[in-house]
Parts: sequence; structure tokens; C-alpha cells
Amino acid sequence: MGPLIVNEIISQNTNYLLAFVIGIGFGFVLEASGFSSSRKLAGMFYGYDTVVLKVFFTAAVTASLGLLFFSLFGWIDLSLIYINPTYLWSAITGGVIMGAGFIMGGFCPGTSFCGAAIGKIDAMIFIAGLFIGVLIFTEGYPLFEKLYMAEFLGAPKVSDSLGMKDGVFAFLLVLAALGMFWAGEWAEKKFPREEY
Amino acid sequence: MNSKKSNYLNPYLGGVLLGLVLLSAYYISGRGLGASGAIKSAIVTTVETVAPAHAENTEFYRDYKTTHPGNPLKSWLVFEMLGVLAGGFLSGAIAGRLKFKVEHSPRITSKRRLAFALMGGILFGVGSQLGRGCTSGSALSGMANLSLGGFISMMAIFGTAFALAWFFRKNWI
Repeated sequence: MGPLIVNEIISQNTNYLLAFVIGIGFGFVLEASGFSSSRKLAGMFYGYDTVVLKVFFTAAVTASLGLLFFSLFGWIDLSLIYINPTYLWSAITGGVIMGAGFIMGGFCPGTSFCGAAIGKIDAMIFIAGLFIGVLIFTEGYPLFEKLYMAEFLGAPKVSDSLGMKDGVFAFLLVLAALGMFWAGEWAEKKFPREEY
Repeated sequence: MNSKKSNYLNPYLGGVLLGLVLLSAYYISGRGLGASGAIKSAIVTTVETVAPAHAENTEFYRDYKTTHPGNPLKSWLVFEMLGVLAGGFLSGAIAGRLKFKVEHSPRITSKRRLAFALMGGILFGVGSQLGRGCTSGSALSGMANLSLGGFISMMAIFGTAFALAWFFRKNWI
């Protein structure tokens, strides 16, 4: 039963090896979907290319339904998977800063590595920026600490916060994704632009 | 739109495949995908190597060492991100997209593109640490396990990028 590492079915070294293999899959799919191109990614915010929306939401829906089914079949113990803790203010402020970085830089960290892997110099410079940014945080940590630790909510599920069953929320997520795919297809027709 | 020789994967198929990669990360390793955490590991290692005294006297690095014993580079995310480089390269090689270039709108110069890439990277670096993960680790992986924080990150990242898009339109369109 999964997760394999938590249940000690595989060793820590096997886990690292599989992390590399999972990373290959991650990088391959991102690059093959066009996430190595900053102009394709940024298209999301102008409507001319909504590949980000389509890939991102299809992936989120696929993985969340997969986890629910795996749990139903008794293949994975969901209480053992890692859920990122929620600190409300740092999640919002961090997200806002990242959003600004996204529209200025055209990449997010994962996609910049894909871009760099195929030779995009703008992606390499973005990565250099990432290192500077992380260093600013680690060196300036005392300045950020108060905000970083504020309004700790534990590691809640959004379904619990809304008082819903996981399955019901996942179903609503699927409906929301379908609605957004429709909007994305509409936007690409309304704001067309040539491929580059 | 995709009429002209676009050899990218169908986005919905790409999404299903990405979802399966994410699902296998949860099944095998009990955790989602990530990216920015690997950069933090590299930064912590660099600081500990270049300025060991400074690392020992600074609260952040001391705390990191207590919560992450051992070599910071021997971490799940570091191995995963090395895989991302290999996988991205492989896909680009198969599709014939390997080429050194600065990608930018014809309306701006390479120099301007690179300046904005650097600024964007710096902001993303700071934001990902403050927000405890980036688009992969917090938003995507968090949405898959229905974490409240994941949805907040996703809305804050995409909402802000949409809100600011008008100001930076010349860079992209």
C-alpha cells in the first residue's frame, strides 16, 4: 500500500532514484506541452494561448481524482501523504509576489528549468534571478519571519474548510475545470496570434 | 490557431500525463512535485560552504540544519529537478527544439527581455520562499491533494499575473 516510502516498501536511496525518474517525466511533459517557451506561458494572461490553464487544470483534476480512487481501492493511505501547511498571510503575499514575477519573467521555477534545458537564455537568467531571490529570503529571514509565521491554519483541506466531502469538492473542481477549458478555447479564438 | 506546424503535445493529453506523474510522486514518495525547494537546498549548501561561520551564526541556516539533517543536496527535490533538466532536454531533442536563444516579443530587445527575466526570477525566488512553494510545489501539488493553501497560492499567483498583465503587455504580445 502506498505511499511506498512512508510504508518502508522501498529504501530511501530507491526513493531518490525514483525522484530522478519522476523528474524526467515532469520535465518531459512540461517541455512537450510547450512550457519551455515564455511567450507561450505568458499567453495565458492575454488569452492568445491558454495552454497553461489546460495543462495545469487537467493535471490537478487527474491527480486529485487518481488519489481519491487509489484511496477508495485501498492502494494509498491519504493520511500519510504530505500536505503543505497553510499560513494564510504568507501564502497570499508570497503568491502575489510570485504572480508579479510570473508576468515579468514569463516563467515559474519548474518551467524555467525546462526552458534552460533546451537552451533558452532568458530561462537561464530567470534561474539566476531565482537564486538571488531565495538568497534574499534566507539572508533577510528576520525581516520576513513575522509575516512568514502569521495566521497558521494547520494543513487543512479546502473540502473540510467548506464542510464538503472530498469527492463532492473534486466533482465541483472537475466542473470548474470544464468551464475554464471552454473559456480558454473561446479566448484563443477571440485573441488569435500566430505560433512562433 | 495551431495550424502552423506546432509539434507540441495536445494540452489535455499533456495535462493527463502530468497528472499521472504527480500521482506517481504521491504514490511512491508520499509527496507532490516541486521546484523552488531544490534551489533553497543549493543556496543553503553554498552558504554553508562559502561562509561556514556566517551559516552557523544565522538563525535561518541553523534552523534549516536542525529540520533537515544531513547534506542539503541529498534531497528528493534536488534529484527530481535534475530529472526535470534531463526530461526537458530529452523532449526538446526529440522535437528538434534544442537551440540557444533569447525568446522575446518582436517589439522588445533581447536586453529588455533578459532584464525582466532577471527581475521576475528574483521576485519568484522571494515569493516562493515566503509562500512555502511555487507553482509546482504549492499550487499544483496542493490542488491535487485539495490543500487549502494550494488553492490560495494558485489564486494569488494567477490573479496577480492577470491583474498586472496590462502593464507588461508590450513584453509579450
